[in-house]
Amino acid sequence: MPVPFSQLGDNYDIVVVGSGLGGLTCANRLARCGHRILLLEHHHRLGGLATWFKRKGHIFDVSLHGFPYGMVKTCKKYWNKAITASIVQLKNIVFDNPQFSLRTTFDREDFTRLLNTRFEVPLATIDRFFATVAAMNFYDDQAMTTRELFEQFFPGRSDVHRLLMEPITYANGSTLDDPAITYGIVFSNFMSKGVFTFEGGTDRLIALMTEELERNGVTICTGAKVEKILVDKKRVRGVNANGRTISARAVVSNSGITNTIDNLTDREIYSAEFLERAAKVRVNNSSCQVYFGISDGESIDDIGDLLFTSKAEQFDAAELLSPQSTSKTFSIYYPKTRPGQNRYTIVASMNSRFEDWAGLEEEQYRREKDKLITRTLADLEGYLPGVGSKIDWMEAATPRTFNSYTLHTRGTSFGTKFEGLDISRTIFKEVAGLFHVGSVGIIMSGWLGAINYGVIVANDVDGYLRA
Amino acid sequence: MTSEDIKEVIIAIIKDIDEEADFDGLDADKPLRDQLELDSMDFLDIVMELRKRYKLQIPEQDYPQLATLNSCVAYLQPLLQDA
Ligand SMILES: Cc1cc2nc3c(=O)[nH]c(=O)nc-3n(C[C@H](O)[C@H](O)[C@H](O)COP(=O)(O)OP(=O)(O)OC[C@H]3O[C@@H](n4cnc5c(N)ncnc54)[C@H](O)[C@@H]3O)c2cc1C
Repeated sequence: MPVPFSQLGDNYDIVVVGSGLGGLTCANRLARCGHRILLLEHHHRLGGLATWFKRKGHIFDVSLHGFPYGMVKTCKKYWNKAITASIVQLKNIVFDNPQFSLRTTFDREDFTRLLNTRFEVPLATIDRFFATVAAMNFYDDQAMTTRELFEQFFPGRSDVHRLLMEPITYANGSTLDDPAITYGIVFSNFMSKGVFTFEGGTDRLIALMTEELERNGVTICTGAKVEKILVDKKRVRGVNANGRTISARAVVSNSGITNTIDNLTDREIYSAEFLERAAKVRVNNSSCQVYFGISDGESIDDIGDLLFTSKAEQFDAAELLSPQSTSKTFSIYYPKTRPGQNRYTIVASMNSRFEDWAGLEEEQYRREKDKLITRTLADLEGYLPGVGSKIDWMEAATPRTFNSYTLHTRGTSFGTKFEGLDISRTIFKEVAGLFHVGSVGIIMSGWLGAINYGVIVANDVDGYLRA
Repeated sequence: MTSEDIKEVIIAIIKDIDEEADFDGLDADKPLRDQLELDSMDFLDIVMELRKRYKLQIPEQDYPQLATLNSCVAYLQPLLQDA
């Protein structure tokens, strides 16, 4: 159970600011190393973007669309057996666009088959491509873009480029213009065994994580927004939250990296050189989502678990981001998602720009949300004719929604572009005891990226405290 | 610590990380990574465990020194002389 703010102590070894998967994992790993930890979260529940909400008996998952198999090993090592045991595969991934319609298990074997038989790419080329992306490391040269990588292996094949890129653009907001290494690392993670999900839903995952944190002695406090990270003589002293000072030898910020630098700390604590690099960090795009709840007692056909759909002639990152985009994913949650609860829900996700939504007046904002719901429902009807009559709850989220719940700069869904990783990795060299964890650099985002990054940063923090 | 002690410590740490790791026929001169399917996260776990047990601080640029069982011994022995 979270501890009321008034009962918190005045002093901890480490304060973790924010409870996204990166913050939670970092806290858990450090608690296991024996440190005294306080976790402060501004929202009333833990999980950050790994979240859910309840309406009319439905439970809607916000970011449970799929993650790579690597989660099994990661959760086994850094969380526990109960969490690991609930990771299950989503076997029916569907693509439907003017260039191709197909169904796949989204792993190397099946992609090899598809690329060879449907797209008529020679096996040798496919093998070389897989070997090339599998060998990519984050410290490799980042000059080559994903576009160049694709042109090298599949010149002029916009259909192949779409098959390979579209899912990754939804997974982390990256485009053909981002460094090929970010593509290679994330794509290879998925290709190892396919797409996985968490049985029981996000609410169950976060409940299990909360239990584990409490077993390991982490003090958790929700509804606690950190206003300032306190720094004195280039060294962290603690945080200010709800008008109170809590001291700590180290502070780990799971708030966005741009938020951490621009709002949670004073600029004077950083070197000019660092600030110059930090100013170049681009945050990623945000999202829109539409949530559909199927009435209790009704059911829908199995049309696949995750559908990548688009009416655009070719893959185009700009089209994908536009408010009028016809490109979206549908995640279909069958009763197997939450065994015992005989419910169906559908979540449509789109990549979106904060700018397109931020300036709207309340009335206009409401109207645009309604239009988004109407367009999305029409697209869904194409896959599930008549579904409209079975739906008893519809709701939309926009970049404004993501911004208000997570405080992230421009509601970013996937942290920052590649350059953010370096800033996040070097902030503790600027200010002793100040660390950042959370989605950065494309490769450290997503559930798996954020969790693994939590472990990497925990190592830095532990090294600092034991020095 | 003797070189045998250090080998045992490393193997014990890896066993904690991966209970299914198979040490039969392990070649002390070949990369642990390939033989035991360790990834960079596993090496981080080894580094953290060494710090916890022996207060050893291994800087990131030295991680490659932990590649094989014998290179672990060569790197760690001077550091663990009195352990
Ligand atoms: C719509 C959408 C769909 C997604 N789908 C998937 C998917 O299918 N698979 C996948 O792997 N990934 C998915 N992702 C990405 C994934 O959810 C994120 O990358 C990951 O959860 C981010 O974790 P994080 O550690 O960066 O922290 P975040 O989840 O960003 O959390 C940061 C936390 O810090 C808190 N905070 C910020 N400032 C303060 C402050 N000053 N004081 C206190 N608390 C503060 C926030 O409230 C928040 O709880 C999706 C993301 C979105 C938006």
